[in-house]
Amino acid sequence: MPVGAAADPFQSVDALVEGLGSVGYIASRRIATALYMAVHLQKPILVEGSAGVGKTELALSTARLLAKPLIRMQCYEGLDESKALYEWKYGKQLLYTQILKDRMGSALADAPDMDAAMVRLHGMGDMFFSEPFLEPRPLMQALRQDDGCVLLIDEIDKSDEAFEAFLLEVLSAYQVSVPELGVIVAKTPPLVFLTSNNVRDLGDALKRRCLHLHIPLPEPELEERIVATRVPGIEDALTGKLVAFVQSLRTIDLRKAPSISETVDWARALVLLHAKDLDASLVRDTLNVILKFEQDITAVEPQIVELLSRK
Amino acid sequence: MQHTLEQFLKALRAADVRVSPAEAIDAARAAAAVGYADRALFKDALCATLAKSRDEVDRFDETFETFFARNSFSLPPPEAGEAEGDPGDSEGAPGVDQSPLAQMLLGGDTPGLAQAMEEAAGRAGVSEIRLSTQRSRLTRRLLDEMGLSEIEQIIANAKRLQTFDGNRLALRLDVARKALMAEAQAYVERAHELYAAGSGARLREEMLAKKALNADGGIDPIDLAMMQALVKRMAKRLADRYSRRRHTANTGHLDVRKTLRKSMAHDGIPFDIEWKLKKVDKPSIVVICDVSKSVAAAAQFLLTFLYALNEVVDRLDAFAFSGRLIPVNAILDANGVEGAILKVLSTIGFQQTDYGKALEDFVENHIDRVDRHTTVIFLGDGRSNFADPRLDLMHLIQQRARAVIWLNPEPESYWGQGDSVMYRYQRFTHVAKTCNTLGQLERIIEDVLRTYVPH
Repeated sequence: MPVGAAADPFQSVDALVEGLGSVGYIASRRIATALYMAVHLQKPILVEGSAGVGKTELALSTARLLAKPLIRMQCYEGLDESKALYEWKYGKQLLYTQILKDRMGSALADAPDMDAAMVRLHGMGDMFFSEPFLEPRPLMQALRQDDGCVLLIDEIDKSDEAFEAFLLEVLSAYQVSVPELGVIVAKTPPLVFLTSNNVRDLGDALKRRCLHLHIPLPEPELEERIVATRVPGIEDALTGKLVAFVQSLRTIDLRKAPSISETVDWARALVLLHAKDLDASLVRDTLNVILKFEQDITAVEPQIVELLSRK
Repeated sequence: MQHTLEQFLKALRAADVRVSPAEAIDAARAAAAVGYADRALFKDALCATLAKSRDEVDRFDETFETFFARNSFSLPPPEAGEAEGDPGDSEGAPGVDQSPLAQMLLGGDTPGLAQAMEEAAGRAGVSEIRLSTQRSRLTRRLLDEMGLSEIEQIIANAKRLQTFDGNRLALRLDVARKALMAEAQAYVERAHELYAAGSGARLREEMLAKKALNADGGIDPIDLAMMQALVKRMAKRLADRYSRRRHTANTGHLDVRKTLRKSMAHDGIPFDIEWKLKKVDKPSIVVICDVSKSVAAAAQFLLTFLYALNEVVDRLDAFAFSGRLIPVNAILDANGVEGAILKVLSTIGFQQTDYGKALEDFVENHIDRVDRHTTVIFLGDGRSNFADPRLDLMHLIQQRARAVIWLNPEPESYWGQGDSVMYRYQRFTHVAKTCNTLGQLERIIEDVLRTYVPH
């Protein structure tokens, strides 16, 4: 989906809200403002919020809006430089040395002494640490995109502190140092999104380098618009009812309150079932779409009728 | 505007939102990018650059609303028809022409007054307010800076004229002066709220962290909630640092054995390279907590800390005892913090201490839990009521565990006095320390996690 030909979506916040809407992301003003600032200040943006409020989706939609490639890096415990930045293709290096073994033997055969052989060997050794043997990982790929890209560093809170510290250079200067090749600087700084579920507190150094955006669970009107956009073919009356029901669920003390993605999934399920209206038995049958814990389901089941009638 | 922005950052810092110089620069750039015209936009833009967590966003919103709340002055409206020409009318009252403040008051020029008050506040240093007792003095200084004395002069002069116009002018100025004073008071009040209220709460928290847990009367019930929040934060901080299991691939070291083994499938050509891995274990901790009468005041907080730690450290086994020893993990898991503590205390709390019996119970039922990866932490005063301390069992625990740590709420000078067998137990511990404030507790637990828990 190309950029709307009419105007640059990053001209103003309102244009940005509209632009994001055109690629299917209904953003509140606060979200759009944060994104606007990120582009204009060239700073990474740290998105927090509970699971399923659309953190990752924001990055995906922005990439669509900008019509730029999205490079995604999923963080997990034990993620390190070699998986995030670059790695040498050790297998290929070894394979090549094996294949070239005979050539090397003959090339070195006429060297008068050991020292001369070593000098020749040094010349060959450098071949093996050059671009063809370099395996770029997401961060380096992002820095090497000359036309810019959207870099999504997903669930940064799952990675280790050491990795967080490593990211600082990338995030503040958009460059990395590779010992064998030197410093790689991005020609066009990528637009960086970091997402966090707050599994652990992030370091101040990282937070300081980012703009912060917390996406809360949405207001009813916003949620209705999101459902209407995401689930085409759903009737307005049903949307209103199901959003009201989900909103009332969020007021109950649950282990995992349903977030936007659950609402959207539920709406899709209801459309699949050709539901026209929301009644107690239908809710009971499809409750497992919005609630993901057995205890939550058993807690909510007896209250369904009451929740439905609540206005 | 630059000055206002700086004042706002100062207010934010007072509200415990950390704003570093780099962030201040970002804020200025953000303000320049969006402009000041759209209030909501301006607020969101600043929020994105300055507030870095959910709490901070809430505090930011609050501070922003208070800081930029500028109610227009509520002045008595200028009497109809004379708003324009009034100053000219009262020629008899000398000074009105020279005093811009009097003109503004009589003319009902509220924006002008608001601006004058801002400027005067800058000169009077209202934002330097730290204590509630400074309020009246600062209000007075603010009014002086605005030129209140001129107004008083004019009122006095006008009264002396003894004419109808003079009296009326005096009356009107007097009403306006009162309104102005009320306004100044509100202004200083708001400044106090912005710059000083937060520091009060922080001061209180600092005091709490330093207060001895077993002090007479224990902790004020009012402070209890604050204390519990403090403990929770501490435990979270510690857990963030230590509860994660890390595999660090040691990329510098080739695992020759594994690589050769794997290459056998490819006729000895090493396609896959294996690296040596370093495994980092999660801390495995056993805590045994004394909840008997002698440590009654401290017990509650030791348990609070235990509770918080239990929430964040996965492999923690907690036991509590006074006469007998019971595992309390299930109680801690099933109840909220107050409920859990009450339940533990009502089940076994406040009985006669018997360290020997408690150790016996532990060794008999739970010694399997202690292995060479385990750190055992005792929280107690080591007062065994002259019963057999069972040093042999203590020795057994020490031999099995990686480390034994004893935290005693009593100062070291009390150890070994009366029925305390602390010194005898101390021989079987790696560390024995006094610990009777929250601050100490955090420091010691951190030391424990760093030094004695396998990395």
